[in-house]
Amino acid sequence: MFDIFLDDAPALVVVLPLLISAIIAFMPSKIWPWMISIITLLLHLFLSLHLLKEISVSGLIIYEFGNWEPPWGISFKIDGVNIGLQLLFSIFVLVSTFYSRKIFLNEIDYRDSGKAYSLWLLAVGSLNGIILTNDIFNLFVFLEISALASISLIALGAGQNRKALLAAFNYLIIGAIGATFYVIGVGFAYAMTGTLNMNDLVIQLAQYSDGQLAIFAGMSFMLIGLMVKAAIFPVHIWLPPAYSYAPSAVSTLLAALATKTILYFFVRLLYEVFIIYPSYLSLFLDFVLFPLSLLAIFIGTVIAIYQDDIKKLLAFSSIAQIGYITLAFSLKDHIGVVSGFVHIFNHALIKGGLFMAVGYFAILYKDRVTLNSLKGFGYKYPITSFALLICGLSLIGLPLTNGFISKLYLFQALYTNEMYFSIALVAVSSALAVVYFWKIVEQMWFSEIKFKSEKEDAYIYLPIWIITISIIVFGLYSTPIIEFSNLSADYLISGYQN
Amino acid sequence: MSNSFLIILGIITPLFAALFSYVCRYNNNLRDSFGIIGGLITFVISLKIFHGIQNNEVFQITFFTLFDGVDFAFKVSPLGSIFSLVASSLWILASIYTIGYMRGAGEKNQTRFVIFYSIAIHAALAIAWSGNLLVLFIFYEILTFSTFPLVGHKQNAESQTAGRLYLSILVGTSLIFFLPAIFWIWLETGTLDFQDGGILINKFPAEYLSFLIAMLVFGIGKAAIMPIHRWLPAAMVAPTPVSALLHAVAVVKAGVFSFLVVIIYIVGPDFLLQTKSSDWLVWLACFTIMASSIIAITKDDLKARLAYSTISQLSYIILGAALASSLALKGASFHIITHALGKITLFFCAGAIYVTAHIKKVSDLKGIGYKLPLIFFAYTLGALSIIGVPPFIGSWSKFYLIMGSIEREFIIVAIILGISSLLNIYYLLQPVVIGFTQNSKIEIKLIKAPLTVWPPLITGLACLVFFFYANYFLNNVSGVIVN
Repeated sequence: MFDIFLDDAPALVVVLPLLISAIIAFMPSKIWPWMISIITLLLHLFLSLHLLKEISVSGLIIYEFGNWEPPWGISFKIDGVNIGLQLLFSIFVLVSTFYSRKIFLNEIDYRDSGKAYSLWLLAVGSLNGIILTNDIFNLFVFLEISALASISLIALGAGQNRKALLAAFNYLIIGAIGATFYVIGVGFAYAMTGTLNMNDLVIQLAQYSDGQLAIFAGMSFMLIGLMVKAAIFPVHIWLPPAYSYAPSAVSTLLAALATKTILYFFVRLLYEVFIIYPSYLSLFLDFVLFPLSLLAIFIGTVIAIYQDDIKKLLAFSSIAQIGYITLAFSLKDHIGVVSGFVHIFNHALIKGGLFMAVGYFAILYKDRVTLNSLKGFGYKYPITSFALLICGLSLIGLPLTNGFISKLYLFQALYTNEMYFSIALVAVSSALAVVYFWKIVEQMWFSEIKFKSEKEDAYIYLPIWIITISIIVFGLYSTPIIEFSNLSADYLISGYQN
Repeated sequence: MSNSFLIILGIITPLFAALFSYVCRYNNNLRDSFGIIGGLITFVISLKIFHGIQNNEVFQITFFTLFDGVDFAFKVSPLGSIFSLVASSLWILASIYTIGYMRGAGEKNQTRFVIFYSIAIHAALAIAWSGNLLVLFIFYEILTFSTFPLVGHKQNAESQTAGRLYLSILVGTSLIFFLPAIFWIWLETGTLDFQDGGILINKFPAEYLSFLIAMLVFGIGKAAIMPIHRWLPAAMVAPTPVSALLHAVAVVKAGVFSFLVVIIYIVGPDFLLQTKSSDWLVWLACFTIMASSIIAITKDDLKARLAYSTISQLSYIILGAALASSLALKGASFHIITHALGKITLFFCAGAIYVTAHIKKVSDLKGIGYKLPLIFFAYTLGALSIIGVPPFIGSWSKFYLIMGSIEREFIIVAIILGISSLLNIYYLLQPVVIGFTQNSKIEIKLIKAPLTVWPPLITGLACLVFFFYANYFLNNVSGVIVN
């Protein structure tokens, strides 16, 4: 009986959360929306694992909606590039949903929790759609759903701080501009080729091998639109307020996964479709993405140093970390793409863990977490604090954590490309990361205020520690992440080499 | 007991000492005894390994693979056996001294202090026995982070600033220079293992070698070569046991040890001699020796003076490594022992003077020598050893360093070493002279702290006694250089 469902697994991982979200929207209950979400996401994980099994056998799944053949119908594609991300996504969403319950109960009225989880699942489903879709217009749809869901989720933070509304509004406007750019680009592409399917697009675009201005314009529009959505410097300005004023659980989900999925699609578009114009691609990568990444790394880190609000600090550090990822992707070779994917995985875990811990602190402190408010937290809440410490050391990239593996591969990628200046910049920026992170540690452990220790909530610190332990495990045994990243790069770069 | 088990036991014993200190945090005597017990156990293990190395036994253990060609592994080199012996033996004395000092000075948070003290020793031992450069780097960082609470121990504004400076310089340089250098070596050779004769020869482009050496010497900030020396005087705000064991022995020696290890087992002295890539470093080390000696003269604070003296002495070791001839390396390796013994004596004495008489400044020492004869006696022994007067152990390493520089035909370097000794005489013996010649009219209340008096006497006498048994160590030191 289950086989029928399993055949539709690629569609179900997206459709299931979307369907359930409609069901739980009107449940004014404390526990049920969360319970149903957890069950849904357990199913989601199961389906993802099933997909992994299928992929390890066949290597490629094209799922055609309604059995319409690809150039006409919408299709999902699952292959080596996105299966790793799909798995990470599934697991992280489950963990963060588990974490979210107590956080939501503290931050929003419990009667709203049905709406919150409805939006939550909406965001999950649509972000998952971004990972799987093989259709550039369908991507726009998912982008919009995820943006609207995220914006509403961010706006839920208004109960804590009214600035959340402004942040959500900013995101709405800037996100809409990004999406518009993207859809204009899609329009150009469609006008020239008459297709929206990515595989077909490659074939159709090949006929304009000398390049057409309209196509280049369309490509540029699409890329800029995605850059806005992925918060690539300098079009990142919506991100820091959005992440920092959102409810803590929402920041966790967004920081870990939202930009990562879009980055994934961004790189897929670059290396799978736009690859047929190598000169355009190298122009974009060398003269746009590469310098912007370097700027992002440096400026993001420096701004983070001057932040007093911890969530803002983490958000600016995210800008820098996204810079690392795009820097790796701009290198145009196998090792570069590998290191980009490695950092997508690792940074999702690290930033997720950090936002989880800081989110919990916000609940405990009952106000926004600033540097001053962290005084003595290391003694008061040792379990969460140690998790934060480990995640932070990983963010810096010290050995025995997965952040080190990221750095190792990034250095290797840069070194093989003989980009010594970038190596120096990355090294300096990781040293500067010590500055902003150590400010937190200093406040937590080395300040005068004395507390009696308080009991921490296991429902909250358990998920934090799951992430933290995975950070250490992947630091010691990095093979799974490396394998998945290699797989992704193999699929993407094989096209480039030909 | 198998050899690999010895390594594990040696490395985790300090951690257990830290754990037990925490468990017994409400019983002060019990808590502080674990440092001594841990010191004794690690000392016995280090001694066993030291003798094992002399008999050409192999001590190694591999846990798992971190990434291609790099394992999480420990392997004791002859140089490492020396360093661990020094660190563990002095840990016993320092633990005894710590009890006297911390209680005498009435410091707060003693439990935290004892715990991080033990963790720092753990890191130092792991550095000594590390099997490859990455493992060394891991524990190098752990050493930095574990000493931060000790530097910032007083938790006032001054120690906070000092702690930040300490951490930012040490972690910053290691992340900006040391780690990229390690990556570079790995990318060129595919391994980071310590091997006799080095791993770089025929694999690493010789024209970039001096650049790599620069990244290493500035990246290993704990070696405190100028201009990366500011953290060491800043760290002197810490209680004296920290300055004594960590900033005269464990931390700074971990720095120069790391650099020596890199020169001997990674770069390879032969490769260095062929390319002459480190000759520039000889002059930088000479500059550091002279400059910090001159700064030391101007310092009135006894601990600050000793800190600058340490910077100058550390550069002796860097100088030896940079010269890379067999005699110079022998001298540099031996200087790890001799300087450790001498400088810990001086710091012990400085702390003892502070606890008993509350005096920090050299100029305030007038007449104190008559009241604290034992401490001043120990201080004189340590100072003479560092100056390099026979029959003190310090004369051996200086002798080898001078011979090494003559071997490499750096006559000026030999002269500079001589001048530096003269400066040493001035700034190290001046406190003694002040202490005994001028009579103070002010009565000073003395607090008795006998536990701070005996450790420096023991180390001071050791400086004298081991002069005659230098061969005992030199056997292992000779094992360092394979030519």
